[in-house]
Amino acid sequence: MMTSNCEEFPLRRRTVVEALLRDRGDMLVVAGLGAPAWDVAAAGDSDLDFPLWGAMGGAAMIGLGLALAQPERRVLVITGDGEMLMGIGSLATIAASAPANLAIVVLDNERYGETGMQQTHTAWGADLAALAQSSGFPVTALASDEEALDSALHLARDARGPVFITIKIRAESPPLVLPPRDGEILKNRFRQALIGEH
Amino acid sequence: MHGESPECQKKMTQTAESRAENWPDHVHRVLAAAGVAQIAYVPDGGLSRLIELCQDDPAMTTVSLTSEQEGVAMLAGAWLGGQRGALLMQGSGIGNCVNMLSLTSICRFPLLIIVTMRGESGETNPWQVPMGSIVGDVLELAACRVHRAETADAVGEMVATATREAFEGPAATAVLIAQAVIGIKSFDDDE
Repeated sequence: MMTSNCEEFPLRRRTVVEALLRDRGDMLVVAGLGAPAWDVAAAGDSDLDFPLWGAMGGAAMIGLGLALAQPERRVLVITGDGEMLMGIGSLATIAASAPANLAIVVLDNERYGETGMQQTHTAWGADLAALAQSSGFPVTALASDEEALDSALHLARDARGPVFITIKIRAESPPLVLPPRDGEILKNRFRQALIGEH
Repeated sequence: MHGESPECQKKMTQTAESRAENWPDHVHRVLAAAGVAQIAYVPDGGLSRLIELCQDDPAMTTVSLTSEQEGVAMLAGAWLGGQRGALLMQGSGIGNCVNMLSLTSICRFPLLIIVTMRGESGETNPWQVPMGSIVGDVLELAACRVHRAETADAVGEMVATATREAFEGPAATAVLIAQAVIGIKSFDDDE
C-alpha cells in the first residue's frame, strides 16, 4: 500500500503545541508519552501539566477522569498517534461519558517516534478522527495545513466537547526538552496548583 | 448513567443476590461515606447490584469501560482533579491492567479495586481458570495490596479497610470477592 510522505507534511509539532498552549489560562493539560510530552515541556513547563513518561494508551483516560472531577475547567489531552492507538477503545468510553470540557488533540506523524520512526497504523490509512466520530464524539476535525489548523485550535480550546482533533504533523525529532521525570513530583505539584493540597 | 443490564445478565444476578445477601448495599454505603465520586467498571454478573446502586447515586459518576486498564488511568486523572474513585471488574480484568498499574505505582496514586473472582472452585467455564488462578499474585507483583473476602459478611468491612488504605496511603489496594460469595454461573438452559 502507498503511504504518504510524512516528512513533507507542512505542520510542525512544536509550533502546533506552542499555539495550542498560548495564553492557556487555567486549562489543565495531559501529555502522552514521548514527543508530545517534550513538546508540552518546550512550550513552557507548568504545574498544571501532567506529562507522561509511560502508561502508553492511558493519556485520554487520565483526561476523562480529570475532566469529570473538574467540570468547570478545560482539560486538553495532547498525545501521539501511536499512544492513542494503544488506547483506542477509550474513544468509545469517552464518547459514552460525554464530558463537555474535554478535548483530545492527536499529533499524527504516522510514526512511532521514540523507537525509530516505524510506521503506525495511521500510515496505512487508520483515520483517528473518523474513529472518534463513529464512536460518538460530537466534534471532530482533521487538520493538515495552516488554514485548517486555525479552526482546529479554536475547537480544541473552546468547543463544547468531547472534542477530538487529529493534526497531521511532519515526522521529525526536534531537540529534547524534558519535563520532570519523578511521577510523584508531577502528581503532587499538579494537585497543589489545582486544589491546594498533595 | 448508562442503560439497563440485559435480561441474560439479570438471570445470573438474581442467583448471585440470593446467595450473597446484602454485601453490595454495604459496599455502596462504604464508598459513599468515603466520598467516592467516580466509579469505573467493566460489568460482571456478581457486580450488577453494586453497579446499579452506584448508577442510582447522584453523588457518583459511573463510567463503563471497554477494557479495565482504562479505569486505572481514569482514576489517576480523578485523583489529579481532587476526586476519589473505585474500579470494579471481574478477575480476568486484572490481566488487562498490568502495565497501566505502573502509572499507579510510580506516581503513588491511590487505587481502590473491587474484583469478583471467576475460575475458582466449581467454575464451569475452564477458560476462566488460567487468569483467575493468578489474580492475587499478579496484583502483588504489581505492588497492589490484596484482601480476599471468602464470605458475603466479610466484604463490606474489607472494602472499608481497603478504602482507608487506598486514600490515606495513598496506595493501590484490591478486594477480591471469592467466587463462593458470588455463585457459580450456570450454562444450563433450565436455570
